[in-house]
Amino acid sequence: MGWLVPLRAGTVVVVAALAAARVDAQQAPPLRWAGDSEGGAPYVEADPQRPERVQGLDVEIAELIANELGRPAQFVQIAFTSLDQSAARGDFDIALDGIEDTPARRASLAVTVPYYEFREVLTVRAADAARFRTLADLRGRRVATLGGTTAYELLLGAEREHGIAAISYDDDVHPYEDLLNGRVDGVLLDNVIAERSMRRMAGLVTQPDAVAVGHYVGILASSQTQLRDRVDGILRAAMADGRLEAILRRWLVWNDDQPKLHARLAEAIVGGTGASRPSGWTMAPRYLPSLLRAAAMTLVLSCLSMALAVALGSVIAAVRVYGNRALRALFTAYVEVVRGTPVLLQLFVIYYGLASVVRLPAFVAALIGLGLNYAAYESEIYRGALEAVPRGQLEAARVLGLSEWQTLRLVRAPQAFRFALAPTTNDFVAMLKDSSLVSVLTVMELTKQTQIFATNLGSWVLPGALCAALYLAMSLPLAQVARRLEARWSAPGPS
Amino acid sequence: MSAASRVSARTAPGGPAEASPEGAALEIDALCVRRGARDILRGVSFSVARRELVALMGLSGSGKTTLLRAVAALEPFDGGAIRVGGVELAAGVRRPPSPDPLRRQVGMVFQFHCLFEHLSALDNVCLAPCHVLHEPPSDVRARAAALLDQLGVGQRAAARPRELSGGEAQRVAIARALAMDPPLLLLDEPTASLDPARRRALGESLAELATSGRALLVTSHDDDFVRDFASEVMILADGEVVERGAPREVLDAPRHDATKALLRGLAR
Repeated sequence: MGWLVPLRAGTVVVVAALAAARVDAQQAPPLRWAGDSEGGAPYVEADPQRPERVQGLDVEIAELIANELGRPAQFVQIAFTSLDQSAARGDFDIALDGIEDTPARRASLAVTVPYYEFREVLTVRAADAARFRTLADLRGRRVATLGGTTAYELLLGAEREHGIAAISYDDDVHPYEDLLNGRVDGVLLDNVIAERSMRRMAGLVTQPDAVAVGHYVGILASSQTQLRDRVDGILRAAMADGRLEAILRRWLVWNDDQPKLHARLAEAIVGGTGASRPSGWTMAPRYLPSLLRAAAMTLVLSCLSMALAVALGSVIAAVRVYGNRALRALFTAYVEVVRGTPVLLQLFVIYYGLASVVRLPAFVAALIGLGLNYAAYESEIYRGALEAVPRGQLEAARVLGLSEWQTLRLVRAPQAFRFALAPTTNDFVAMLKDSSLVSVLTVMELTKQTQIFATNLGSWVLPGALCAALYLAMSLPLAQVARRLEARWSAPGPS
Repeated sequence: MSAASRVSARTAPGGPAEASPEGAALEIDALCVRRGARDILRGVSFSVARRELVALMGLSGSGKTTLLRAVAALEPFDGGAIRVGGVELAAGVRRPPSPDPLRRQVGMVFQFHCLFEHLSALDNVCLAPCHVLHEPPSDVRARAAALLDQLGVGQRAAARPRELSGGEAQRVAIARALAMDPPLLLLDEPTASLDPARRRALGESLAELATSGRALLVTSHDDDFVRDFASEVMILADGEVVERGAPREVLDAPRHDATKALLRGLAR
């Protein structure tokens, strides 16, 4: 079930009453703290022994903070990529989940003092350790990381500077798996994640030099400065008396960088990068080219997938109308299985599940996944359309001596086409939007690019509006074309 | 079903109908059609020769349309024999194989025309000659245009079926059937959607087709049309032919109760 790990819906899922949330007679309101337990080790993960509980270094830090505040800790499950937006909305008091200190976060949220210093490190296959030492060595190659992170920003910089290809993943497990099986040639991520992956997988080497240094912080809604200041005090105290060190050692992430960080913080040199707040209007021109590229990807992928779906759907429909019983049963089963299971699951199976059999490139996997899925829906439309052609039309063709195939080609299909045109266009517009799902296969399409823009900007307003405008720019002309085609085929006119 | 039993039509000894232009284009012998427990046709026998226009009359549900559909092999039959030109249809066969030798022998004009909705009148006429007979398209189009002209709808060649009036559609459907040049033409209620003037024009066209050497079998509710244009009329009641003869004799002096009932119904 490895391919289920990155299943992170964009929506906010709130799972209440976990961890140490034993609300006893105490009247103090619980400290609602958020993280993403999905593949979130060593920060926050579901306890393998008791999956309804979470464990991890951030769980222990949250409990430490809650204890000091005299409030019970209550865990709130939030998808990692939604933590910032959720914090701003006030869905919880504080989020702790290996969250990086970035200028965008400092600009839009209240941020605690750093409680851990990490290094961005480059991991490669052991065989490539000698030739891929730095990002510059990876010119023309694919380098993976977790989307929406500082590491991704670093890779985008390297894309311009060194000509690498930055690949964004939704989780921190699959980049290393794809590194091993050759889909990418390097992974840039936090040393904590890199070390953990190296413990789990053989054949990987992490280069010793840090590409950059960063810090983990807790984030709160910008109005919560009072609570933030209290948390800062608790964290500093825990650093001073070694309680934080004990937690970090327990989770095997203590190293020589940490005492230095603690010492700096004790001298009140807080490690924020303190840049000015980036404004959407100044950021937009920088992101527009990548948004347009992503929109082109969405359009190309949708068109090709739809072409596959229409072709395959026509075959399925024809077999279900004309085929023998066994073939009909086979294709009916296909349609029901595909319609009855989530497209996201199908995409995971094709990309990750089949990786041991056939290693499809992400774009091809996305194209096949969407195409096969939509083929099931298209086939139902075409089957209905074929059956809607009146029997008299078929009998007239038969009396004239047309063969079954000629009747289908010359009489039935052309008439069915008109019935099918409107629902097919409808599905095409749906495809444009459903194609956003393939970002889980590292395909950088419009919604994913928008999400990255929004995360870096700390706001969804401008990126969301731009994204919507681009989707509309693609779907409205499509609807227009469909209306014109329908008018042409249904209106009386010269032959 | 074995391959052998699927063969519904075979060329009868004596060769195709074209060999004997004056012989019977259609012979029906003791035809029985059963649907469930109901007998729709019970031993109907008759023949239609070339140059004849035979009218089938009878109350609704008497089996007229079923008879036409059985002759066109659109419905299976349960007993008896049907010979169309040199092709004999077998009882109990659900679906004839294709290509089907019957198709060169019989043309059919449906009551509701069943013109191909997505094609112009001209293309409706051209479709089968182009794709079944594989004749050169330019020849086919010229002949189709001439056929439409001959039937008085030449000026509607470019129109789609939905733009045609009932009478025009009827004529295009006849042209479509004639384009395959079948010796036998079946017409199901061709006058149903026509006003009296158009009925007359259609009758004249059909009579002309018969004169030119075709056999026509026509179902009709229209006794004036039958009187004026049919060479023979058959009255069908409860799946049997109860009366037959020259139209004026049968219709002006009906002997069977079913004929009388039919004419009373038509007079109202």
